[in-house]
Amino acid sequence: MNMAQEVEYTGRVHPKKFSLWLLLLGILMLFSGLTSAYIVRKGDGNWYDFELPTLFLYSTIIVLVSSITMLYAYRSAKKDELGGVKIGLILTILLGLGFGYTQYLGWVELSDNGLHFVNPKYGDRVSASFLIAIAAIHLAHIIGGIIYLSVILGKTFNLQVHKKNTLQISMCNTYWHFVGLLWVYLYLFLYFAPDF
Amino acid sequence: MSTAVAHAHTDDHHHHEESFISKYIFSMDHKMISKQFLITGIIMGLIGMGMSIAFRLQLAYPDTSFPILEWLFGSKWAPDGKLDAGYYMALVTMHGTIMVFYVLTAGLSGTFANLLLPLQIGARDMASPFMNMLSYWFFFLSSVVLLSSLFVETGPASGGWTIYPPLSALPKAMPGSGMGMTLWLVAIILFIASSLLGGINYISTVLNMRTKGMSMTRLPLTVWALFLTAVLGLLSFPVLLGGGLLLMFDRGFGTSFYLSDIYLGSAGALEHTGGSPVLFQHLFWFLGHPEVYIIIMPALGITSEIIAVNSRKPIFGYTAMVISLLGIAFLSFIVWGHHMFITGMNPLLGAVFLVTTLIIAVPSAVKTFNYLATLWRGNIRFTNAMMFAIGLVSFFISGGLTGIFLGNATLDIQLHDTYFVVGHFHIVMGCAAIFGMLAGIYHWFPKMFGRLMNKPLGYIHFWLTFASAYLVFFPMHFIGLAGVPRRYYAFTLLPEYGQWADVNVLMTLAAILGGIAQLVFIYNFFSSIFIGKKSTENPWEANTLEWTTPVERIHGNWPGAIPTVYRWAYDYSNPAYDEDFKMQNVPDESHVVELFETNTGTAPSTKDKPETETVSFFTLIRNWFKPRTV
Repeated sequence: MNMAQEVEYTGRVHPKKFSLWLLLLGILMLFSGLTSAYIVRKGDGNWYDFELPTLFLYSTIIVLVSSITMLYAYRSAKKDELGGVKIGLILTILLGLGFGYTQYLGWVELSDNGLHFVNPKYGDRVSASFLIAIAAIHLAHIIGGIIYLSVILGKTFNLQVHKKNTLQISMCNTYWHFVGLLWVYLYLFLYFAPDF
Repeated sequence: MSTAVAHAHTDDHHHHEESFISKYIFSMDHKMISKQFLITGIIMGLIGMGMSIAFRLQLAYPDTSFPILEWLFGSKWAPDGKLDAGYYMALVTMHGTIMVFYVLTAGLSGTFANLLLPLQIGARDMASPFMNMLSYWFFFLSSVVLLSSLFVETGPASGGWTIYPPLSALPKAMPGSGMGMTLWLVAIILFIASSLLGGINYISTVLNMRTKGMSMTRLPLTVWALFLTAVLGLLSFPVLLGGGLLLMFDRGFGTSFYLSDIYLGSAGALEHTGGSPVLFQHLFWFLGHPEVYIIIMPALGITSEIIAVNSRKPIFGYTAMVISLLGIAFLSFIVWGHHMFITGMNPLLGAVFLVTTLIIAVPSAVKTFNYLATLWRGNIRFTNAMMFAIGLVSFFISGGLTGIFLGNATLDIQLHDTYFVVGHFHIVMGCAAIFGMLAGIYHWFPKMFGRLMNKPLGYIHFWLTFASAYLVFFPMHFIGLAGVPRRYYAFTLLPEYGQWADVNVLMTLAAILGGIAQLVFIYNFFSSIFIGKKSTENPWEANTLEWTTPVERIHGNWPGAIPTVYRWAYDYSNPAYDEDFKMQNVPDESHVVELFETNTGTAPSTKDKPETETVSFFTLIRNWFKPRTV
């Protein structure tokens, strides 16, 4: 019997891709825990409500646009258009960096308004600590995504990403959309949180 | 599906030769990784048990000097052979951490999920052998970091394994809050990484790698238990990670997520304000309670398998067993508040947690009665594994009953900070899970090492451990009911507890006896690896697929094709067959005829068409539960 032909898994999705979905579920639980903590602490009172920095809106727009460029890269890979893959990935990486920069500027804006990560003597401003902690932990996931994108870009230059080998870029695509949508959720959560 | 092609496991095994490092150290073979988890778990277990004997000596003989303690811990932590009070708390903290996470989570789940999942579902290895290897090495690194905290100047973490702030959040609060606490947090973050890498792999393997015919409804109960354990870990550990990160921000950057209005003797009034230490308790116990089931569920799964095999009977109520596991897994997420009754919460919320907690008694009782019904009128074979499995049932009942006491908020407020709680959780979660783990080791030792463990030594190990465990933990309930508080270094200044001094001596002597019993096990375990009686392929006449693999334990598990599954795992003593067991890969005669007819009959219907690779998530879920008959 030719064992090399034996199918090693029975699911309809590649186990690696499925494992990625599970990892994303774990990340979702991490942020569920953090946003729940935000709600519980806010419920205790002594909480300073404030408006989100305008730059966070730009972050949201940037991350949504980066999803489109990522999709462009992925679709190009499926069509074997390597030029499109490279352009799509490079644009996504640049937009990812732009996202990080606008986040940083947003924190500076908060700081200018007297809302720091560490707010000694001002108990109600722990709200700012929560916001910055949640955004920073999310940014760590975006940085992970940028590293992932860079690896895929390197593989594209080595001709390892093409029509018949789309698993890696497809997983990267899934991850990037996830962290993007996660930010949209966090933005909406933090935007509407003062009204809870 | 090009990547679905097997990793060339041909009949003549023309593998590349593996080096010592790739075979024994950075191995990607699930069987070797399971041994690595087991042996690391055993070493950690011995360290944790040794610590418990040290602090039990202190509790029984608070005025006596033990030079061995000074020899072990040095004159700083045990001057004149008597434990330092702060170090006593550190030993209790480290004992709890080691036993809960390193022995009963990684040691138990890591060992048996790695060994059994691929073998029992019919897979050559895990979904990602590389991630599996990483999972072990993160665990190993985490163990090293945790143990290294024993050697830092200010000593290891000493605020309890639950690391409640403010003691854990203020590095200057006490010696154990310093570097030891930092190392504890780093170790646990590495542990969470290990647990997530392992858990994701286990879930992915069970859902995607089952052999032909192995539907979810034919899975052995061990697989169900290990699978659901991984799901619990995946959903709960990230929440602890979030809580731990905020704690690290408080420690490192000076934020106030958990700190407010603190006055430190050494530093005066602190500037931290606005934080809530109760918030940490919520985040911690959102993991902490599922963690209890992460510990006990693999042991319950192992017991289900061993009791069925050695009673020579089908497991009673397979479906009820699966549903009760699902019920326990679900309920475990909505009961965490019962650890916080004395923290204080809205009475309505307390009542909700009380009700959900007591509901857990229902699936737990279903499992217990099903064990007893499986044993009832079976042709019981009292193997070592069977003895430990029955021992688990005993502990699960006696520890579970006291859980009903503690689930009631009004009773818990009286009992929570007493030895009653210590007795309860050691019996239901400590002893029961350890007995499940030991049962599994005795049962699957032949699959791991190709030899059998010594049976008489196994009996000595069982009876000494069983008796000593009850002698240590059962009296704790009574002293707890009498109000003796936990976490006290000595009771010499509290004369009202003097009457319990002799009981403390009894418990300590029993603990030492239990420790000696484990030495018997250690000798038996390691000597049997080399001089144990050689095992046959299926020494226990069991039905599951792991017993169809050769004794030699080859890479890829089966030399030829992966076996196809035709039946559930519990066809024991079926009057329709001559033998008293029918392995999962043996077809029914009627089945063979049916297959023959299919092959020569009509063309396959459109339903049998392979589906395209792109399917919806819901189709995927449906496919998992569709009977995959051949």
